[in-house]
Amino acid sequence: MTRRVAVTGIGVICASGRTRDAFWNALKAGESAIRPMTLVPEGSVRFPNAAEAAGYRAEDYFEPKEADLLDRFAQFALIAAREAVADSGIVFDAALKATGAIVTGSCIGGKTTEDDGFRGLYALNNTRFPPLSIPKAMANAGASRISLEYGITGPVYTISTACSSANHAIGQAFWMVRSGSAEVAIAGGSEAPFSLGLLKAWEAMRVVSPDTCRPFSKDRRGLILGEGAAMLVLEPMDRAIARGARIWGEIAGFGMSSDAHHITQPSPVGAARAMRAALADSGVAAEAVGYINAHGTGTSANDPAEVEAIRSIFGSCVPLLSSTKSMHGHALGAAGAIEAAATLLALHDGILPPTANFTEPDPACDVDVVANVARPAQIEYALSNSFAFGGLNAVLLFRK
Amino acid sequence: MPPELVACVTAVIAKTQHIPPESVTIDSTFEELKIDSLDGINILFALESEFDLDIPDDAARKIRSVREMCEGIEKLVAAKNAALPQT
Repeated sequence: MTRRVAVTGIGVICASGRTRDAFWNALKAGESAIRPMTLVPEGSVRFPNAAEAAGYRAEDYFEPKEADLLDRFAQFALIAAREAVADSGIVFDAALKATGAIVTGSCIGGKTTEDDGFRGLYALNNTRFPPLSIPKAMANAGASRISLEYGITGPVYTISTACSSANHAIGQAFWMVRSGSAEVAIAGGSEAPFSLGLLKAWEAMRVVSPDTCRPFSKDRRGLILGEGAAMLVLEPMDRAIARGARIWGEIAGFGMSSDAHHITQPSPVGAARAMRAALADSGVAAEAVGYINAHGTGTSANDPAEVEAIRSIFGSCVPLLSSTKSMHGHALGAAGAIEAAATLLALHDGILPPTANFTEPDPACDVDVVANVARPAQIEYALSNSFAFGGLNAVLLFRK
Repeated sequence: MPPELVACVTAVIAKTQHIPPESVTIDSTFEELKIDSLDGINILFALESEFDLDIPDDAARKIRSVREMCEGIEKLVAAKNAALPQT
């Protein structure tokens, strides 16, 4: 059985907005949400800026006891899932609960919870660890909490493939719905990386920008970390049409690959193989693609490698592309989900979000990156790329 | 360039790379020593500890040889010493 798969619900919480509409309005306006970091003490890491979900307060969403049970990354997962499910209008009856699936992506799970516990042990000389730490820190905490929320008892799991986590998660959910092994799926990713221990580790990697994120710009100085979640509701197109659901778009293909090249250096060959695999999975020709939501981290290594990979497929007819990480930051295991939301909304509304903070073309990235200002464009197919440390690539193909 | 500084930098590189100290000279390039970007940040981390320095990302990114690394460290050490209170 092969079914078309519709996206009927989208939920987003991240630096660019704490609802889907706020997020999309900020992206369309080209507003970068990169600001001075507040979640760790000022001056404690070399890079001062981040894309935090500014103004987020757990008590606005959760009863105190429930908030205590959830690390920030799992809170974000549940908030985005609630918005997506409400948006879809799906009611989980007994049959849908039994055949529903949830697949989430997370790179680091509840690292903030762990960091707090370790600080207690090593710095404050505590002899005990907070007892909720294990269920709070597990990478599947978000997926499990969403499962409890809706009583979904089908396949529920979490994928952790660094910055490709969410694309792998959405791709797996897409395949399950397409094949009929799940009747409906909630899929996406969530991340909350702002703990001092993890930020110091990123500092030592020397890939975080000291100012802002300027993907594909000649003067780019690195990525900017972000946080948040996005979730999609996927269901068979026939079901969505039959129940009169709003259809944001369709997932048409999914492809993945491993570079088997280097643990951190990207390989254009591996990235291109994942893009080709997504096209092959859908049966859509490369020429049909009109937009690419790039991985576009703004690091010296990623951007030219990604352009080289894209050129190897599209030759001189490279689609318009942009990196929305310039606005919502790099949300690691949530990145693909936030960018999937941006890509679907772009196709639906016929407007491409820009690459913000762009100042100067780089001959090594000689493509149209929709610099700084959103652009109206009626496009049928769009790719969304995620390429992870570890050489793991996951690419989704969306259709209007 | 002070020979002690060169000896120290080459020793740190050899130790970090798990290669014989005599294989690292002032004239070695990172390519010859098979030092890639990930090895590079590991070496910078070790040198920061050794010399009690902060090595800025932008300066570090351009370094491709042992000589460039020694020159960079020499400058940073000089700047650090200049910033110390004079007795």
